[in-house]
This record gives sequence, structure tokens and C-alpha cells, in this order.
Amino acid sequence: MQTVSHAKVSAISPSAPQAFGSQVVVSNVSKSYGAGTFAKQVVHNSSFTIERGKLTVMIGPSGCGKSTLIRLIAGFERPSSGTVTVDDKPVTGPGVDRLVVFQETALFPWMTTYDNIMYGPRARHEDTPEMREFAESLLQKVGLAAFRKKYPSQLSGGMQRRAELARSMINRPNVMILDEPFRGLDAMTKRLMQEYYANLYDEFRRTTFFVTTDIDEAIYLADRILIMTNIPTQVRAVIKVNLPRPRQVENITESDEANAIKMQALSLLHEEAMKSFARGSKAAADFIEAYSKRMTKK
Amino acid sequence: MTTQPAYTSSPASVAGVAAPIARKGGVRIKDVVKRYGTQDAGVLAVDHCTFDVPAGEITVVVGPSGCGKTTLLNAIAGFHSLTSGTIYLDNEMLCGPGKLKAEPGPDRIVVFQNGALFPWKTNIENVAFGPIMQGQMTRKEALEKARDKMADAGLRGIENNYPGEISSGVRRRVEIVRALMTDPKILLLDEPYRALDSLTKSVMHEALLEIFYKNRVTIFFITHDLEEAIFLGHRVVIMTTRPCKPKKILDIDIPHPRDYNVLTTKRFREFMDETAAAVHEEATKAFAAGEKER
Amino acid sequence: MSVLSKWSFKVSSFVFGEDFWRGIVAIIVFLLFWELGSRSEALFGFAFPWVGQIPAPSAVLKEIYRLIQEPSFWHSGYLSTRRVLEGFFAAMLVGIPLGLAMAVSRTFYGITFPVFEVLRPIPPLAWVPAAIIFWPTQELSIAFVTFLGAFFTIVINVIGGAKSIDVRYFQAARSMGSSTFDIFRRIILPGVLPSIVVGATVGIGITWAVVVAAEMISGGGSAGSMGGAAGGGLGFFIWNSYVGGSYTQIVAGMISIGIAGYMSSAILRKIGQLLTPWLVEG
Repeated sequence: MQTVSHAKVSAISPSAPQAFGSQVVVSNVSKSYGAGTFAKQVVHNSSFTIERGKLTVMIGPSGCGKSTLIRLIAGFERPSSGTVTVDDKPVTGPGVDRLVVFQETALFPWMTTYDNIMYGPRARHEDTPEMREFAESLLQKVGLAAFRKKYPSQLSGGMQRRAELARSMINRPNVMILDEPFRGLDAMTKRLMQEYYANLYDEFRRTTFFVTTDIDEAIYLADRILIMTNIPTQVRAVIKVNLPRPRQVENITESDEANAIKMQALSLLHEEAMKSFARGSKAAADFIEAYSKRMTKK
Repeated sequence: MTTQPAYTSSPASVAGVAAPIARKGGVRIKDVVKRYGTQDAGVLAVDHCTFDVPAGEITVVVGPSGCGKTTLLNAIAGFHSLTSGTIYLDNEMLCGPGKLKAEPGPDRIVVFQNGALFPWKTNIENVAFGPIMQGQMTRKEALEKARDKMADAGLRGIENNYPGEISSGVRRRVEIVRALMTDPKILLLDEPYRALDSLTKSVMHEALLEIFYKNRVTIFFITHDLEEAIFLGHRVVIMTTRPCKPKKILDIDIPHPRDYNVLTTKRFREFMDETAAAVHEEATKAFAAGEKER
Repeated sequence: MSVLSKWSFKVSSFVFGEDFWRGIVAIIVFLLFWELGSRSEALFGFAFPWVGQIPAPSAVLKEIYRLIQEPSFWHSGYLSTRRVLEGFFAAMLVGIPLGLAMAVSRTFYGITFPVFEVLRPIPPLAWVPAAIIFWPTQELSIAFVTFLGAFFTIVINVIGGAKSIDVRYFQAARSMGSSTFDIFRRIILPGVLPSIVVGATVGIGITWAVVVAAEMISGGGSAGSMGGAAGGGLGFFIWNSYVGGSYTQIVAGMISIGIAGYMSSAILRKIGQLLTPWLVEG
């Protein structure tokens, strides 16, 4: 990428970062909202592991409950039943060890890029010269050094995402959680951001939990893919992606192995997406019926 | 003036699908130029663009954001005028020298990026709106036709709901049915699925194809998503960044009817390989230009 | 494009645009009708209804020219402006903390909101008699009523603004280790600022309306002339002109108040823009 320097950051950061991060275990977790007849179950008896130092991608139809799982892991909400543990310790609330990069930008609009990035350290009274140096190197790393004094509204979509990554990374979280961070970007920016992020991950190699609806994105980034069912969600399949790192887009598109993974994932996802679509209305259900008839005729 | 055969299609697309009547809606774009503003201080959006949109087929135009592809769509629809060049519809001049702006008409219907259903009307009222407004049918006739078309498109049961009550994916389908009410020759879609997530998008694609197979209306589809383009199109036109002009034109010989399994076939991947480099190149140019402007 | 060239481009394209000329012509036509209407008795032999009674713009302009040279007129202006600013700032000083407290604490909200909502619909001017009874001096009763004008608006806007802060900002801040006070200082306060600006801009308009009316109602007090120690102000000036039968003065007074109100809103808007630089772009 022309706009970003590839200087290794680890040498400049204040202290040796924890090389691999934490392990998150989600165990028989269910989550419902509302009570009585209005109760809506969003997550149903879901269990999975987010492995230490690996990039785990969760993919499922939109509205299936992925964002709820993120909130449970981040500690913004508690599960209705089941446990979420980080390094065998149960999650009791939000913490700097689990930071979320949201789908739509959550940069503080009233702060400049630099102030946004320095938010965490200042909140914890860690505004030291070393920390400021680390912020500088991160700004360089994400290619926003020239935009440090700009407000989020003055940055393009791709730049906002990069600023948010920097804002999270300066806190060296043990678990990075990303909730469809590239959704809404146009296809080109998305692709460039994916490449960019893959490089970033390669360099920092900490536990990452990445949620998406885009199968190509999932295969490109993941060490493991969790395929989720429709709402109420649980894991339908786990697919290991053994493609070598660093990942190159050209290699992925040409790789037969990647294509096989895509075929397998697509058939499951398509089924779940159709179910999700059918829930929308009777019209949608009719469409599914007609579609499945046509498919079975083949 | 060269004429274009009234019935053109790539061989593979005909296989397996009955086509009883000669298809309409073929568009020929010839040497079109569009400049906004003046000669010196203006913006050149389209630069000597020439390509064909075969009748009864889906032609997809792919290009980075802001490259000028919407301008072409607007010219066909009659919303914008040309600076020079000619556009033919079924061998007749739609706009060109002496008549730089076409009139909008019921034969060329646009489906926009952002939903344009009236929220205060029910779905069936929305669908029937066009013909009633244009005085082509009585209210009773229009509602009946709307009911039929909606049933055809698998939208039975939501006639009396309001657009706000249904999901965005279903809304998009209602809009397409509404567009088809006047039996247009050509349907113009301007990045209609841009806002949807990948999985809903793929369901939408199949729904669009279902509608297409039933109606065989010519479709002119704009997107920036290459996979969408190759999946849907009989023909894919890859545009350069602004000012746009065709960089590469592909006839996609993957047979219809298509479904999601097509995405992982060898032929599909070959097409992706062939085009990805070209698209990526133009996209990077646009990306760099966009970042600089800020 | 630099800011200056962007601005001059906007101005010049406006000046030479159709809208500008339409606006100019419309205003000229309006003034012409006004002038002709007010002279209608002399010109056409009969007075147009309503318009025929109004003093002509030419007469009003003469009156304004005369008034500008009278120090007592400026003193009235000063009095009204002082009252507006006093009432407005008092409303901000009390309203902002109160609004924040109500937004942040459920308990506090539960206690204060019912009373607040019951009092809010009462128009400030309806308070005038009560204010006169309960406050020792006339000046204080006017001050109280003008305070009320802006107060309710500001509180409502602060509460609304605080509630509309995106929940993800709180989530992100908590995750990164912010204490409650840190969140209040760095998330809530700046997040609420745009709403405060809106409340202030609306509030000051209300304050002007209330001041003028309050001055009219409470009259000159002991000093029956302009510039008395109690009473006075532009509202009283207008009322006095009415009583004295000088219609041109009435219109002149109205125009002065209009200008003063517009200027205070414009100044506040400018201050608002300076305080919220992040809203300027995008």
C-alpha cells in the first residue's frame, strides 16, 4: 500500500507487548431479551473458543446474533446463561484487555485523531513520553501522521477505520474484537483495508475475533472460521483455514484449497441466509419455497 | 447511421430458457461525451464512451465510485443531457446531435440506490402507482396487475403492508416489481444492493435473476462490486476512473439459469482473475485521488 | 481552495445568481407597496384597509435617524439588552448543570422532572403577576420572567442532547478504562455541547420576546419617562410610543428590537461554531 509505511513497530513500543494475547472460551451461552411472551432469544446454547494468538472469524447471516456475542465477550452485557471466560477468568464487565472496533465509526467526533488515539492512555493516567512516542509510531503505521489534528468528520471512511485500529492498538489489548469493521466501505476501499489489516495482524499476532458477513473476507483473514446459524445463533460449523501467511490476495483467488473452503462455507451460509430471509415475511418464505423447488429440480 | 440487429444475445444465455418474442430494450452507446460545467472549468465525466447493451440481457457496468457510470445511466433515463455523441434505443435515436437530452419515459425505468417507495402508501399502492399516475389504466386494473406481478415475483402476502414493515431486502424486490409495471423495455439499476450485507446481497441477486428469467427485460446494472457483476451479467463492461470509458468488455459465457454455486466454479474464477487486476488498478487510482482531495 | 476564496466564490455566485436579484426585487416591491399603501389616503383619496394606517417607510426611516441621535433611546436599548443577557446567562448557569444532573442520575430525574414538566407549559409571561408579587423589586421580577424564558428550553435541550449521545462512545470509553468522572468530562460534556448551543440560540430568541413583553406590561414604574431607574427599555419605549400616539416611533422601535434580536442570535451562533469546531466539516 502506497499510503502506509511498513516499519516494524514492536521495537519502538514501550515494553515488550504480550506476544500472543488471551484465550476466550464461550461456554453454553444463551442470551434473551425481554420477558415472558415478548422474550426473544438471540443466542442459544452457543459454545466456541477464540484461540490465543489466532485470528478467528465469525460469519453468519445479518441479524443472527453475532453483535450480541460481541457485546457479551466485550463485557457490555451479561449472558442469560452460560459463561464467557478470558484465560479461565469469567468476564464481569468491560476492560482494556478486550477492545472493540465497531461497525460504524465510534471515534469521538469532538476529538482530533491524535486525541482519539491517546484517549485510552490518558484515561488510565498513562500519558507518558514513551506512550506518546508509541502513539506517533502508530500514527505513522496507519498512515495518518499528516491527519493527526483532523476531526473524524474530515477523514474518509477508510481513514476513520485505520484511526480506530490505532486507538485500540495503543492499549495493547489481549483480545482485539472487530465487528464487521469494513462493512459499508465500497468494494475497493474494503479490499485495500483487508490487505492492510492482514499485514497489521501479521505484525502484531495477538488474539483477534473478527465478525463479518463476507465469505471472501473471512477466508482471506482467518485461521479459523466459525459458521453461525440463523437467530437464535449457535455454531454450525468450524472450518480451519491452513493457508500460509502472509496472505496474498492473488494466492487466495488462485488457490484450490481456498475455493474448496468457499464452496463448503457458501452452501451452509446460503442455507442460513435463506432461512433468515424467510423469517422476514410470508413473501420471503414463498420465495424460498419456490427457489428450493427449482434447486431440487436440477 | 449503422443499425443494430434487433435481437442480439450471447449464445450461452439462450440455452434452456424460452424466448418466444423478439426482445426489446437494446441500447447502443456511441462516442458519448459528458462534461459538467464549462470547457475550462468543468468536469469531464464521460470520455468518448462506446459499447452495446444487448436486448433481453443483463449488462453490468463496473467501475470505481464517482467514475461517471451513473451519468450514463442518467442519460439513458433522460435525466441528464449529453455533451456529444449518440445513444440509440432499439435502433432509434434516443438522444444525440440536435436532441442532447432524452425525455424520461415509462419504457426506461430506474431503480435507485436508496429506496424510493412512498412510506405512506402500502406496497401494492406503491407498485400500482406508476400506471395510475400516467393514466394508462384505471385504479382497479392497475391494482389487479400489481397483484399479479407481485405474486409472480414471490411477494404474495405483503400487499397491504407498509414499506416500513418489511425488511430492506424485500423492499428492494417490491421496487423492482414496481419498475416492471409499465412493461419497460429496459430496467436501469443504480447500485441497488450497495447498502446490503454480502449474504443478503447474494439472496437478492438470485431474486433478481428469478424476476429476469420471467420477464426477459433488458437490464442495465451499475455496481462497484466485481463478483456481483460477473455473477449477474451476460456482459460486463469495466470502466476506467473518471472520465470513464470502457477499459474491458467481457461476455460471460456461464450458462443461465445461475445460482450461488456458480461462484466457486472454475470458469467464474477465471473471469475474476481476468478482470480483478484491471478493476483493482482503476480502484487504486480512485482511492489515491480520493485520499488526496481530503 | 482556501477558506477565503471558497467564501468569496460563494458570495459572488450568490450576488450574481438569480436568487439574489429575485430577493432584491421582492424587497423593493414590498417597500413600494408599503409606501404607497400608507400614503393611500393622500394619493388615491381613500385609505387602504390596515396598510393605510401604518406610517410610511420613509417616515420611519426619518424617525430612526432622529432616534439614533437621542441618548435616551440608546439607554433603552442598553436596558433591554442588559436584561436579556442577565436572564439568559442566569438560565444557562442554572439550566445546564440541572439538565446534566437530570440526564445523568435516574433518581434526580425522577424527583425533579415531574415538577419541571408541570411548570414548563406555563408561558413565562403568565408568571408576570406572580413575579411582581413575590419579588421585592420590579427589576427582579422582570429578571425572573426573562430567566424562565430561556431556562426551560435550555434544560430540555441539554437532557435531549445527553440522551442522544451514542451508547458506543460510553462502551468504548469504559473498555479503555475511563472512570465515571473521566467519562463525564470527556464524553458527556463535549457530546452535549452541540445541544447546548441549539438550546442557547433558541433560548435567546425567547428571552428577547419575554423582555419586550415584560417591559410593556410592567410599564415605567415610578419613572414615567424613558430611561427611568425601574422599567424603561425598548419594550416600554414601544408601549410609550403607542400611548403617546407616535406611530412612526412604534415601528422604529419594532425594527430596533428585530435588529438587536438578530444580532444576539448571530453572535451566539458564531460562538457556538467556535465551540464546536468538529461540526463544521462533514
